[in-house]
Amino acid sequence: MASRYQNRIELLQGTLDLLILQTLQWGPRHGYGISQAIRANSGEILQVDTGSLYPALHRLERQKWIAADWKLSENKQRVRVYRLTATGKKQLLSERSRWEQLSDAIAGVLSPARRGGQA
Amino acid sequence: MKFPWRRDRKQQELEQELQTHLKMAASDLLERGESAARAQQAVRREFGNVDLVRQVTRDQWGWRWLEELLQDLRYGARMLRKNPGFTLVAVLTLALGIGANTAIFSVVNGVLLNPLPYPHAEQLVTLHESKPNFEFGSISYPNFRDWQRDNRSFSSMAIARRINFSLTGVGEAEQVRARYISSDFFSTVGVNPVLGRDFAPGEDEIGAAPIALISAGFWKRKFGSSPDVLGKSLTLDGRNYTIVGVVPANFDLFLKSFQLAEIYVPIGQWNNPMLPKRGAGLGVHGIARLKPGVSIEQARADMGEVSRNLAAAFPDDNKGVAASLIPLRQDMLGDVQPILLVLLAAVAFVLLIACVNVANLLLARSAGRAREFAIRTALGAGQGRILRQLLTESILLALAGGALGLVLAQWGTQSALKHLPADLPRAAGIGLDARVLIFTAVVSLLAGILFGLAPALKTRTPKLQNTLKEGGRGADTTRHRAQSVFVVVEMAMALVLLIGAGLMIRTMTHLWNVDPGFRPQNVMTFGISLPPSMMNASPDAIRAALRELDARLAATPGVAAMAQTWEALPFGYDDERVFWFDGQPKPASQNDMNWTIDYVVGPGYLQTMGIPLQRGRFFTAQDNEHAPLVIAIDDVFARKYFGSQNPLGKGIVFNDTGKRAEIVGVVGHVHQWGLDSDDTQPLRAQVYIPCMQMPDAYMAMVPSGIGVVVRAANNTAGLLDSIRSTSRQMSSQQVLFGALTMDQIISDSLAARRFSMILLGIFAALALLLSSVGIYGVISYLVGQRTQEIGIRVALGARRWDVLRLVLTHSVKMAVLGVLIGVAASLALTRLMDKMLYGVSATDPFTFLAVAIVLTFVALAASYLPARRAMRVDPIVALRYE
Repeated sequence: MASRYQNRIELLQGTLDLLILQTLQWGPRHGYGISQAIRANSGEILQVDTGSLYPALHRLERQKWIAADWKLSENKQRVRVYRLTATGKKQLLSERSRWEQLSDAIAGVLSPARRGGQA
Repeated sequence: MKFPWRRDRKQQELEQELQTHLKMAASDLLERGESAARAQQAVRREFGNVDLVRQVTRDQWGWRWLEELLQDLRYGARMLRKNPGFTLVAVLTLALGIGANTAIFSVVNGVLLNPLPYPHAEQLVTLHESKPNFEFGSISYPNFRDWQRDNRSFSSMAIARRINFSLTGVGEAEQVRARYISSDFFSTVGVNPVLGRDFAPGEDEIGAAPIALISAGFWKRKFGSSPDVLGKSLTLDGRNYTIVGVVPANFDLFLKSFQLAEIYVPIGQWNNPMLPKRGAGLGVHGIARLKPGVSIEQARADMGEVSRNLAAAFPDDNKGVAASLIPLRQDMLGDVQPILLVLLAAVAFVLLIACVNVANLLLARSAGRAREFAIRTALGAGQGRILRQLLTESILLALAGGALGLVLAQWGTQSALKHLPADLPRAAGIGLDARVLIFTAVVSLLAGILFGLAPALKTRTPKLQNTLKEGGRGADTTRHRAQSVFVVVEMAMALVLLIGAGLMIRTMTHLWNVDPGFRPQNVMTFGISLPPSMMNASPDAIRAALRELDARLAATPGVAAMAQTWEALPFGYDDERVFWFDGQPKPASQNDMNWTIDYVVGPGYLQTMGIPLQRGRFFTAQDNEHAPLVIAIDDVFARKYFGSQNPLGKGIVFNDTGKRAEIVGVVGHVHQWGLDSDDTQPLRAQVYIPCMQMPDAYMAMVPSGIGVVVRAANNTAGLLDSIRSTSRQMSSQQVLFGALTMDQIISDSLAARRFSMILLGIFAALALLLSSVGIYGVISYLVGQRTQEIGIRVALGARRWDVLRLVLTHSVKMAVLGVLIGVAASLALTRLMDKMLYGVSATDPFTFLAVAIVLTFVALAASYLPARRAMRVDPIVALRYE
């Protein structure tokens, strides 16, 4: 378990929003579910800090990119389920393209030769 | 989103959300085979600080400022609760200041600020005739008609004249207030009848059919607001008028020359033989509406030209006569505006003093709180946060004071309105409306910031280590310097108010000591109208009825003396006549003749009024319609026209009769124009004419109402009842009205000044009280601070007298400085009161000196108690103290 903490990668500023929005694209989830999904989909590498998750969820909700409802979970617990709104979908698209630009740019910086070779 | 109750719910939901998360994480770990205890521990560790998560999440809601505000408010409220004595004194002080301001502002608001209730009120002007002796005199009917025809500045122009009618045939006979008006009176003002119609053009001509408009109040009182009142007839002074319309209940012009009336009839119905005469002055005044875009200056120029043309066409009557115009607002409010503004300024001073006092209290208290703020700063509170905290506290205080002040103001306004001068225009519109509430809120907030800021800024830069080391007694020198400055300012403001009040008191004393020229005690006056059957009686029959009235009233128990008085009454109403001296040729124009006030009275007048006879004799019953015409004059008349010559036996000729009347007596001058302004009036000569010698033409007007003065044998209480029963025995249709004692009339003439004097007195007393509390507080504080020093001085051999001097020197310095600043401010400010003063200059040295001495002594007295404490300082105790 200790190793997992060591492997944890600090999320870049702003990427958490993107991850949450992306996760919700496959359907509504509660807070714990979102953190689990991000961890599973990142191959256990991205560990969302709860101290960042809930502030982010409430911030996104205030910006009306996601909405929340109280529902009963499979094991009869009252959970707050978040879903993507229409504006949230648009936001997701623009954040994705920004992310792709950013990761291309970083990749280019890291291996300039390969990038130049392709061109 | 931003409501606190929603916030509470959201808080609970967040709690639940986080708890669920923890539970789910723990059960996942359990499924993977961890022990319950380890699972809990792991989850907690992973989750981190739950409180911090909660806090940071909540910050996302954007309510941080609100939370901090609520926190400040809670904290502030707790601080105020913890110091109930301080809070009580501060809130009460502020409540007095804010309450007084709210009360005066609600009067200013109702009287001055609220718009006049007429469409385009700024176009309305009142219309008068300026002529020798009268700047705003009465308009003659023919001149009005010519002005109406010739002017180019007004869209309409109307005249009105008040009158009393005997109303008979609808319930008990009574006297009703009525007004003669020209046809476009109501359309000029912009008032439409609520029922029926207005007068049509031409219906106001002499000789037109008798019709009437009634007020909504009269409609309700006499006809139960029944719509079939139209077409009914009203018997006024024995004549039938057909009701054609009802005017709205709230109609009022708030002018002395346009008193509220119940009935309006066309001016052409007036049976006064003088009405068609161009030179007549009959108490007729006008109102006119400027055409859109025409300024009052343009209208004045236009009317000047119209007047000049008329003067050229009718030199006999119109030489020196011109139209004079005053904007309606100015005519209505011109007298009260300066008084109200002076009071508003005075009351603002009271609030400033209250603020200074509370600031002083806060400052003294901040001494004890310096440590608290140093600790908070040490724990990471920003300077801004502490400043905000302090301001929140002072605004909280101010709002509490404001709320209480509102209650005081409501109560104060109600009781003040009862003592307001009866002629305060628009008094009915005074109350707490939205504007007053906003005023109070804004004043409270400003006051809170004002008195909170000084102590807050003083505490802003505590030298952290020093303060903590010193045990919370830091920054003392700056603090007591600020306190001394506050006290000086307070004393200066109190001095200004005291001088204002002092000047008003001196004014009133002077006025009370003015000899009105008659003895008003035990004298009563009232009006009486003869039964309607007398309206068309012959002059001889009317004279007989009047003699009967004299006899019956004189014989009424409790009556020591009585007399009829037809035209002028001192302090009440006036009447003038023009004349020339017997032996001179008749002057060509009325303007070349002499003017005099005329009292048409019965033989008992001098005795009733208590006017001294100086030479010759007064009238007797023998000076009747068959006897040679006689008059009496006053000493002003005698000096003005005869100098050192003996006037007795000389004759004058009145323009209206053209007959010679002989002067048989000289009597003392009476203050016709009030206690204050009689000396400065241009027209002061007075003449007395016996009622019975008035020409027959006048007799026709007498039955509709004459004045009577009565001197009571003992006192006026109950006298009216016996007079009323005498009158009823003569005829049930004879109406008695408008009864007042002369004392009351004189007192009413001083009402506005008395009101200002009382209010200024109250404000000055408040200011004096508050500033002595301030001085007491500061000196007590200083003595407390210097206990140790005083102890050392005493130990070194200082005597008690030296200690007293030490303490008092400081208060004397503050007092003298305050007095000097206050005197300088007063020299500039009391000038605003000039119009309210009488017999005393706005910079009266006596008042200034007396007030300065009083204030200095009060300051010394307020310092004496703490100084005495200082004198008793025991050096051993004082030195052991540290």
